Amino acid sequence: MATPLDPHAAIVTEAGGAPDGKLTTADGQPLQKALARSSRAARRRAFFLVAPLLAFIVFTFVVPIGQLLYRSAHNDGFSANMPEISAWFAENPPGTTPDEAAFAALARDLLASAEERSIGTVGTRINYEVPGTRSLFTSTGRQVRRGIEPPYQQALLEIDEEWADAEIWAAMRGASTAYTDSFYLASVDRTRDIDGNITPVAEHRQVYVMLFLRTLWLSGLITALTFLLGFPVAHLLATLPMRKSNLLMILVLLPFWTSLLVRTSSWMVLLQQQGVVNDTLVWLGVIDSNGRLEMMYNQVGTIVAMTHILLPFMILPLYSVMRTINPAYVRAARSLGATSWTAFRRVYFPQTLPGLGAGALLVFILAVGYYITPALVGGSSGQLISNMIAEHMTGTLNWSMAAALAAILLAGVLILYWVYDRLVGIDNLKLG
Amino acid sequence: MKKTLITTTTLCTMAFGASAQEVNLLSWGGAYGNSHLEAYAKPFTEETGIAVNIADADNPATPIKAMVEAGNVTSDVASVEYADAVRLCDEGLLEEIDASALEAAEDGTAATDDYIEGGVTDCFVGTDVYSMVLVYNDEQFADAKPSAPADFFDLEAFPGKRTMRKGAKFNLELALMADGVPADEVYATLETPEGVDRAFAKLDSIKDEVVWWEAGAQPPQLLADGEVSMAYAFNGRIFDAVQQDDQPFEIIWDGQIYEMEGWVIPQGAPNMEEAMQFIAFSTAPANQARAAEFISYGPPRRSAAAMVGNIEGSEEPMGPNLPTSEENMTNALGSNLDFWVDYDSELNERFNAWLAG
Repeated sequence: MATPLDPHAAIVTEAGGAPDGKLTTADGQPLQKALARSSRAARRRAFFLVAPLLAFIVFTFVVPIGQLLYRSAHNDGFSANMPEISAWFAENPPGTTPDEAAFAALARDLLASAEERSIGTVGTRINYEVPGTRSLFTSTGRQVRRGIEPPYQQALLEIDEEWADAEIWAAMRGASTAYTDSFYLASVDRTRDIDGNITPVAEHRQVYVMLFLRTLWLSGLITALTFLLGFPVAHLLATLPMRKSNLLMILVLLPFWTSLLVRTSSWMVLLQQQGVVNDTLVWLGVIDSNGRLEMMYNQVGTIVAMTHILLPFMILPLYSVMRTINPAYVRAARSLGATSWTAFRRVYFPQTLPGLGAGALLVFILAVGYYITPALVGGSSGQLISNMIAEHMTGTLNWSMAAALAAILLAGVLILYWVYDRLVGIDNLKLG
Repeated sequence: MKKTLITTTTLCTMAFGASAQEVNLLSWGGAYGNSHLEAYAKPFTEETGIAVNIADADNPATPIKAMVEAGNVTSDVASVEYADAVRLCDEGLLEEIDASALEAAEDGTAATDDYIEGGVTDCFVGTDVYSMVLVYNDEQFADAKPSAPADFFDLEAFPGKRTMRKGAKFNLELALMADGVPADEVYATLETPEGVDRAFAKLDSIKDEVVWWEAGAQPPQLLADGEVSMAYAFNGRIFDAVQQDDQPFEIIWDGQIYEMEGWVIPQGAPNMEEAMQFIAFSTAPANQARAAEFISYGPPRRSAAAMVGNIEGSEEPMGPNLPTSEENMTNALGSNLDFWVDYDSELNERFNAWLAG
């Protein structure tokens, strides 16, 4: 029996009696308002509960990714240190031949920059666009400090004829604003020519598109391999009696818990030409000692090691889904006359799809960003785009380039995720 | 604000100046850092009474940038690679060093003339020379032994895989030398597009047989495993493997490419005067020679080379193991850092494209 304290009961009792047809609660407030207030309170409580996690995600995830995106399009190495010539570029449209005013601005900037010793930063920025120009800036800077007389055009050209090079002026124009698309263009093997049109870079410098494609292709292949290898294992784990399957599960989990570096190095011991696999094959007489197989420092090494390392990420989601599949369904299919293949194909397999989807997405995304394993066992043909990002982070110190490559990779993964959502539906994803 | 700063600094200097004379040294740790401690820091303190506090970093060039940009410089002297010194100097992160304060050689030659080329620059004073050398595993070649860069590219006479550092630097120079370009023309050749093509064509001839290394510890390991028969590696690592682990590795000094490490003073170092004193002391020929007894990196001063004694704790002379020894320098190439500062990104990009293709 309803009491006045029970709001639901109150609504029922009051509902019919409202004169203007609006529902009110027992204390006479409009129902809509009361509901909004209570759900607001619930939302606030929920927010406070997740606030620590939210703060954590913002500081460790959103902010760094934001910085990365910012850095990929923002590089003020030139514009911040060369204000006068940057102003000249802003005033004169592309295609203007640099006049005495331009050279005078350039000379004053070079002098100021050389005295502040920021000329190295300036030269490095232009060097990204026109390789081999860093020393043009540093050496000219040194000479300008010793004194330079107008007319500046003549004076600078006397120091180095390269200052007449239209390509350098085009590069300086491109760098004269802090925001630039040149790193993204370079990431897809493109550049801007003297007139500002986008053109492919020289053939021997084209590498990134090929590496992106190779990364996608190898990641896809590795995902397929983990599926082929992991599916039967997951099935076995899910159908064996608990005692036996737990033991087998340890065999899946032990390598999963072992350091990535240890597992990669173990593969090096196994796969190298003087390694365990080759030694065994020679001992068995399968191959001749001079015909040892090359299984490492190439794509084969990358594929084998990465497939092994990523296998648990496929097995575990599959297993967790398979555990919940009722064996009675397959038995029912068989009793209705299905062959074992048909029963598998039409009854069992569709039910594993959520696990497969989760596993495939996990493995693929991890593979796309893999770095240590291809670096160690990949050789030249087994390198992925992540190795190039690392090279720019630690080797060439061109962080803008690394950020642009990483941003493209991130965008690619997000697109894939979106396609997956459209085709399979992200709600069908089951991780455990 | 500035006034307060000056006042407090003066007060501090007055209060501690007399008693707390010290130099804060930023070094690398390990065997190399140990050579700094034994050969430079200890005798320096003994002679001058100035304490030397040594801190280690993976690469001292990194904290320098951070310290100067944060305006809180705590190190007075740091040991960095030549390339980093050039870069940091150009970016205004280092103090300029007065070369006239360096000690002259015993025969009176001024320090700057005593140094090998490039040993003293605006912001940098060299302390030692390391080099990239060709190495072979003696057990792999019973009869004829390789002896020159050309042999490294001769797969018929000297079969087996090679290992080279992953990157354009050193490899292009080696390829040109192997192709018959004299050491002193290597960089002039590399500045022309034809020269670069020529170097890559030479590398092409062994591309399929090369394992590319990225960490200095890899080449001795690959040689010891028998995975490769020849390597192109840092001489110090190879020397260590031979000394410590009795590995049968032989170094080919012909065509070695040497490069320097040395002292820099971070911009705004607190004890500038003592730092300069320390630099002058440690780069004196006798102390340079002493340091080379601890690690197989050669003194960059000509007059110091002759003074190097035995390997520390052994009866064997260190001299023949140093990149800078007269007999090892016959066909040596000094790494041209200005060239690499300029062309590094272009040639590495091309190298990566070549490697991936």
